[in-house]
Formats: sequence, structure tokens, C-alpha cells
Amino acid sequence: MNPTLEQLTAQFAALVAERASVSLPVVGGALCPDGTASSVESGRRSGFTPDTSGVNPDLPKPSPVQSVAHALKGYDLNATVAPDQVVAAAQLLDRAGFGLDAVTGVDWMAQNEMEVVYDYFHPTASLRVVVRTRVPRATPELPTISPVFPGANWHERETHDFFGIRFSGHPNMKPFLLPEDADFHPLRKDYAP
Amino acid sequence: MIAEKGLITSGHASDGTHETFTLNLGPQHPAAHGVLRVLMTMDGEWIQRAEPIIGYIHRMHEKMGENRSWAKFLPNTSRIDYLSAMNYTHAYVGAVERALKIEVPERAEYARVITSELNRISSHMVWWGALLLDLGGFTPILYAFDDREKILDLLEGLCGARLTYCYYRFGGLYNDVDDAFLKGTRDFVAHMKPRLTMYRELVTDNIILRKRLTDIGPISADMCRRYGATGPVIRGAGVAYDVRTVEPYSVYPKLKFKIPTYPQADSMARYLVRMDEMEQSLSIIEQALDLIPAGPFMAPKVPRVIKPPAGDYCYAVEAARGRFMVRIVSDGKEIPYRVKLRAPSFSNLSLYEEASKGMILPDALAMMGSLDLVIPDIDR
Repeated sequence: MNPTLEQLTAQFAALVAERASVSLPVVGGALCPDGTASSVESGRRSGFTPDTSGVNPDLPKPSPVQSVAHALKGYDLNATVAPDQVVAAAQLLDRAGFGLDAVTGVDWMAQNEMEVVYDYFHPTASLRVVVRTRVPRATPELPTISPVFPGANWHERETHDFFGIRFSGHPNMKPFLLPEDADFHPLRKDYAP
Repeated sequence: MIAEKGLITSGHASDGTHETFTLNLGPQHPAAHGVLRVLMTMDGEWIQRAEPIIGYIHRMHEKMGENRSWAKFLPNTSRIDYLSAMNYTHAYVGAVERALKIEVPERAEYARVITSELNRISSHMVWWGALLLDLGGFTPILYAFDDREKILDLLEGLCGARLTYCYYRFGGLYNDVDDAFLKGTRDFVAHMKPRLTMYRELVTDNIILRKRLTDIGPISADMCRRYGATGPVIRGAGVAYDVRTVEPYSVYPKLKFKIPTYPQADSMARYLVRMDEMEQSLSIIEQALDLIPAGPFMAPKVPRVIKPPAGDYCYAVEAARGRFMVRIVSDGKEIPYRVKLRAPSFSNLSLYEEASKGMILPDALAMMGSLDLVIPDIDR
């Protein structure tokens, strides 16, 4: 049976609510190298910076789980979770019958953060889900989802090549598309060839 | 002799009874269709593990997207999967049009559908010829390339390129479809229908082909889902997943076509899906030729300097190999902030290690042929 957008929205809202009370940090690299908590304000640090583009700014407060008009954005549900919740999100979507579309990163250098974006498609329902999270730029690390979706194995290796984002627990984090001796991450915004 | 040259090296006995050896398939191997390397651990003829090693023609298209303007990235999109350039360009212009909220004129959308479907047929013809070449049949590729030449001529007359088309523009097309093209396409459809019957009689019903493909290389629907395999691979597993109907785009909702599926989930099923798809594409082209309206081929108000509003936008199309998605991230400037290209061949190949376990080598190559890989699409 195909999942509906309402069911998924409720499930994601419950997932995100687990962390609503927790203010600070999550996966490895939560603290700055000097041992202090990040200077970035805590809300953003714990991964609750939803992409607010396309959302009416007059609305009270952007929720981390939003349903989006497919015609405007190309996806139906946009969920922002904490970095250590990506596996739970993947399991949730796996149970709902989704397939893995892609995993990729975006370097937000100005905010000193790396965004990791997980795209999912459904083989029979017209539903597209985007799960996103943010990790600190200095220590970008989050758990792998490859035990849930084996297809993530390659996507995460590619993301590691391009951004230097580490996926802890990944079975085979070898250089993938770049040469074996590449010591650079070309899609980081401070990369200069 | 071969072992001395380092092509085959003896390995360790896996369980004390069998001796295994490592076999390097590629990166220069005719069955790999490009520079793909597969590192195989063999137990005699049987594959214990086959790990694809990719990146030999990686060009970092996504980085190129971040250092040129939105319009200047257009030619790149036709060089990712060089066999379905029209579809790929469609996804990129679609994403930018979605961001800018540009309404594309109907005539342009119909022209896009006609050219995309012609491109799909020509792509499937290359696959068909090359697969049969892999399986040891030489003649079919000559028939396929003969017919494909007609498509290339038509598209060359339209946009000047024979393979790496850059025909679509933000808001429309590079130039209008002329009467010569429309008539030529009609003639091609009439020519191609009996040819497809001939393909079937000559090849599809051939007992040798059936024995090489039937029950070989099973890829279940669930495996497709977990790896994100799409296109003829998932449809050959009985799932009617097609971006043209699941996430309708362009004028596809106005056209009637079937999504061919076969539940057998073997190489033959994937073969049959593509053969049926060529017929469906011909039918789509015929309908689009009847429906294409007169009118402008470009949207009236496309800004000269493209600056999509900040945010991210996705656009997916059904390319010849499956779901191709472009995810663009804009920060409101003239240069893209991020361009992500989700390539179908990448996901389709990622299941190879699991699917090929325990197969014999010639069957694994037949399965690889049935995945229809384009290596530049994987490496990007």
C-alpha cells in the first residue's frame, strides 16, 4: 500500500520532535577542536536550519517538516533532521517503501556548515522526499545509511570524495571518483585548484 | 603466461578447498563499453565478488557547474550520458525554468518531447546493437546503426549536432522545428515500425538469444528500490516506475502511452522492456506530431542574465537509462551555487556487486549488457 503525504509528514514530525527539547549537539565533532562548544548559535548547530526558500515569510515559524508544492520545487516533503537521525529517517522511509535517489552535500562556507541532502523516490506513489541535515564544517561527520539502503554506499563515497564529509560506520570508505592520491575535496568552496 | 603479465594473479584459497584468483576486467575491455574496471575474485568460472571500480573518465561536471554562468553549463549536460543528451538537457533547463517560473510555450514542449523520444530510440538502438555484439551476434549492430543514422540526420538538421545536442534553451528551443524535420520524422516513424518487427523476428525470437538472457541475472524489484535502480531495470522487475507518469513533466500527461513491464526480473525482461519502449516512443512521436501547435518556440520574457531566486530546485526526467535528476542550488547569483547530477547508470551499476555474486563470467557480462551502462554517465 502506498504511503500518503499526511502519514509521512506526521511520522517525520514525530521524529523531529524527539529532538526539539535537546539544544545541543549530536554526532562526533559536536565540540570545537579547542574543546568548547561551538560559537555558532545552538539551534543551527543541532541541525534545525530548515531551508526556508519558497516559504511564505509571514507564516509564524518555519517547521522542520514541510510539505512543498511539487510544481515549485520538484519534491513533496522537505524534512530537516539532526545529523544522528538520518539513519532513523532512512529506516522510516525504507518501511514506507521508498527507494534511494541520491546523497549529496552542499558547502555553506559563510555559515561554516556542510549540508547533507538525501533524496528519496517512491517506486509506485508520486512522492518525493528530501531529508537534510547540517554538520559543522570543521568536523563533518555523520552516520552511514548504507546498512538500510545499500545504494548509499557509493553515494556516500562520492560525497566523501567531493566534500570530505565522513560517514562513520561506512564499510568501504575508499577514494571513488577522484584519483587514489587525491588529498583535496573539489566541491568545498575554499578549494582552489 | 597471462599470470606473468599481471593480468591474472593467483589468490588465496577461500575455504581450503577452492583456489581463487583475481581477474581484472577492464578498464579497457570491449564488454565494459568504455573505461569501466571490474575487479573480480573468481572461483574457476564462478564470480565470488565483482567490485566495479569507476572514475577513469571522471570530469567533475558538478564543479564545472559552479564556475560558469547558468547558461554556459548547458553544453555540459549533453556530455554526461552522451547517448541521451536531449533528455539530460531537458532536466537541466527544466530545473532552471522551475526556479525562474518560466512558462514554456506548447510548441516548444511538443518539440522537446519529439526530440527526446527520438533520442531515446537512438539510444536503445546503440544498446541493442552493443548487447548483441557482446553476446556474439555481429549483424544486428549494422541494422541498428543504419536506422539510427536517420535519427542522427534528423537531429543534425535541427540543431547541428549529431550526438551532443544542445538544442533546448531556458524558456524554449534554440530554433523552431521546421517542416522538413516534421515530415522527416513522420517518414522515420513509418520506416521504423516494420523495422522493429524485423528486429523481433531476426533477434528477439532467436533461440540462442533467449538461452543467453532468460533467467540470467535476476534483479528483484526490492533490490532496485534499495539501490535506486530505475528505468528499464526496475520496469524489467515488474514495477511500472516511469518518471513520465510518476512525476509528469512537459506535455507527457497529454499523450497516451503504455509503460512496458515484465515481471520476470531477468536479463530478457530488461531486453523486452527496451524493445517495447521503442514502439511506445514511436507512438508518442506520432501523437506529438499530430498535436504540435503553431506558435512561438521561446517564452516571451526570459531574462538575459539568469539569476534564479535563492533556494534549491529539482527536476527529474525519464532518460533512456532511467531517472535523471538535476538538483540546483541557487544563492540568487549569476553562477550556480551547486549543481547535483543524479545519474541513472550510477545507481544501476551500484547493484552489480550484489547481483553478480555466484554467476559465471559470461552470464555476468550478459547481465552487464542488459543494464545498458554509459560510463561517462557514471563517472560524470
